[in-house]
Amino acid sequence: MSTHKKVYVYKGFERFWHWNQALLIFVLAFTGFEIHSSYDFFGFETAVKIHNYAAWGFIILIVFAIFWHFTTGEWKQYIPTTKNLKAQAEFYLFGIFRNAPHPAKKTLISKLNPLQRLVYLGLKVLFIPVMVVSGLLFMFYRYPQGDSIAIINIDNLEIIALIHTAGAFMLLAFVLVHLYLITTGHTITSNLKAMITGWEELEEEDQKDQDKTAGKPENELVKNPKILPEDESEE
Amino acid sequence: MKSYTKPITFFLAIVAPLLIVTLVLREPEPDHKLLNGLRAKYAVKRKPGVDHSKFEILQKDFTNPHEITAACLSCHTERGEELMHSAHFTWEREAYIPGRGITYLGKKNLINNFCTGVQSNEGSCMKCHAGYGWSDKTFDFSNPYNIDCIVCHDNTGTYEKASGAAGYPKTGPGGPDFKAIVTSVGQPKSANCGTCHFGGGGGNNVKHGDLELGLLTGGRDVDVHMGVDGLNMNCVDCHTAENHKMKGRYYAVSSSNTQRLNCEDCHTAFPHQKSILNEHSIKVACQTCHIPVYAKVNATKMYWDWATATRKKDGKEYELLDKEGNVVYTSIKGDFVWEKMVKPEYFWFNGTADHHLLTDKVDTTQNILRINTLFGEYRDRNSKIIPVKVHRGRQPYDAENLTIIQAKLWDKDKGKGALWLDLDWERSIEEGMAYIPLPYSGKHSFIKTEMFMPVNHMVSPASEAVTCRECHTRDNGRLAALTDFYMPGRDRNRTLDLAGQLLLILSFAGVLVHSVIRALSSRKQKTIQSH
Repeated sequence: MSTHKKVYVYKGFERFWHWNQALLIFVLAFTGFEIHSSYDFFGFETAVKIHNYAAWGFIILIVFAIFWHFTTGEWKQYIPTTKNLKAQAEFYLFGIFRNAPHPAKKTLISKLNPLQRLVYLGLKVLFIPVMVVSGLLFMFYRYPQGDSIAIINIDNLEIIALIHTAGAFMLLAFVLVHLYLITTGHTITSNLKAMITGWEELEEEDQKDQDKTAGKPENELVKNPKILPEDESEE
Repeated sequence: MKSYTKPITFFLAIVAPLLIVTLVLREPEPDHKLLNGLRAKYAVKRKPGVDHSKFEILQKDFTNPHEITAACLSCHTERGEELMHSAHFTWEREAYIPGRGITYLGKKNLINNFCTGVQSNEGSCMKCHAGYGWSDKTFDFSNPYNIDCIVCHDNTGTYEKASGAAGYPKTGPGGPDFKAIVTSVGQPKSANCGTCHFGGGGGNNVKHGDLELGLLTGGRDVDVHMGVDGLNMNCVDCHTAENHKMKGRYYAVSSSNTQRLNCEDCHTAFPHQKSILNEHSIKVACQTCHIPVYAKVNATKMYWDWATATRKKDGKEYELLDKEGNVVYTSIKGDFVWEKMVKPEYFWFNGTADHHLLTDKVDTTQNILRINTLFGEYRDRNSKIIPVKVHRGRQPYDAENLTIIQAKLWDKDKGKGALWLDLDWERSIEEGMAYIPLPYSGKHSFIKTEMFMPVNHMVSPASEAVTCRECHTRDNGRLAALTDFYMPGRDRNRTLDLAGQLLLILSFAGVLVHSVIRALSSRKQKTIQSH
């Protein structure tokens, strides 16, 4: 069996971004479905107010996250790969029940398994942009428009609203499955701990074995991976 | 535990404040500069520039009301010409109506579903005409001395036109004190306007629902502008006039989008502190939220069934009252339904309207005849949602010619075919139609009618305004009948919602099944290992 080392996987901003995004998605979903008249909790006016503030919070967070992903090169984590894709799916369907090892090794420069890569990329380039754009149209597009954005000629809120609602259901389904899948790490809580503290026990291995499709690792990352030997851990 | 203290500090230092700032961000303190400016403006009551008691020409005992008008016009030389072109005198307006061209319509020749119309009934109806002597078609609209100045400009509150006198007041003993009236004339008071605009249709608040005597004595809760405990504004503070052309329109008789009086004229198009409310004003008229109910003080007539008129009890005409003293049946008029604190109905409206004319054919394939039609729809950029009183009823129409009928209701004497005196439908219809003159086949029936009367008064204080959920709600919201647009909170796509719910259920079920198998298999593996 390979040895485990505690590795600083999730940086400060990354965790900040992750948890705020989680919180905002929760707030947006909760107030959003109240606006949708699925239930009454805050009252319509307050729900709309919170939803709109949270939406702006989310947009600001996204701007920072995009900046962070590009300046750190972390965006490469999301480059999709077919390598191990089938193996990963088989792991979730069968292997996991037989205590089989995770097919894709989690390393600093390849934190995401092939399925995660696909799903998170989908979130980033499809679902979240669709929600943001339809949400902004919801906020700002009025029919009939004056001369301001007359070029977008949507004569009814319906299409915008339906897209926004559909996206909300998809995101909720994602959150549901995501909440479950974080229990599928080395131990039930290891993924959660990692996203809270930043530190995770990873299998120690040779740098050469790393997944090449993840692109070239940032030099700094390789030179200074901030790896602590296990015995220094205070846990 | 060092690895945990850092994230906790991190949460407290950054995430928590962000949370608080995001969720508890308060609205800016309300800025009432505009409103306070308006309050200051209307707190100063207008003082007249002249004292009419000092004019020699008014220092006499008038016996003929035409002489009063002549005295007025001797100084106000051009006002007669102005008034002769105003709707208060002509009872018609020149308007372009799509499909009809240029029309001359008004109370003079339109029908309604209250007392149905003035033609052949002038002697009685003209109690509310700003003139003297319009008893039949021979009335001279070009004679300025036929104008009644004092019905509007009396400030003593004692002037009254006589009933059934075609607009003349009583003269001589028992009549108004003309000298007192003419020496104190001034800008019209609300009571002057109210004489006709509150009492139209035969009694207080019968017609409008939002215009009634209660406005003269009610507080801000009845009308935020006219409330005696508020600014106590007069009708003419808003309904200003230039050359005797009043601002404001009523679409039971008006047709075109001109000369209107809008809340925005004083309050601006975006008066709210909350931008989300301001945005509503693109599609929602101010009145829609700010007049949650009308007929706040006294009941208004909501239904008038002419078909039940002319019934007798023991050979005599009779009347029935409800608990509050409202007449709910009378032999001369039929059945009524009265309502108080009425929620308006809502319609799109762009400021133009059409009317069903006496010469128009009745479409019997439609269940209900629209006496007037308010134009507007969601897609029309000039349309806004407005509150409307819909007055419903049944009234006579010609079953063969398929035209609506104008019956003769009133006369001074019995035996001349007036329905209210003789209780004979056939005769009254023959007389009424012959007067206009329009053909009558001799066969009448009754048809359901609807009349659409925009509600503009009885504005409530802002705290009473319609709240979000009253419209943004799944079922039975105030705007439930306006289905030509998508409204958040009301509308949804059932298929999409069902699919979404199914997706969530399946995801949850998948997670559940997966976790159960995981738990079972890990126990099994542990058992194997322990063996």
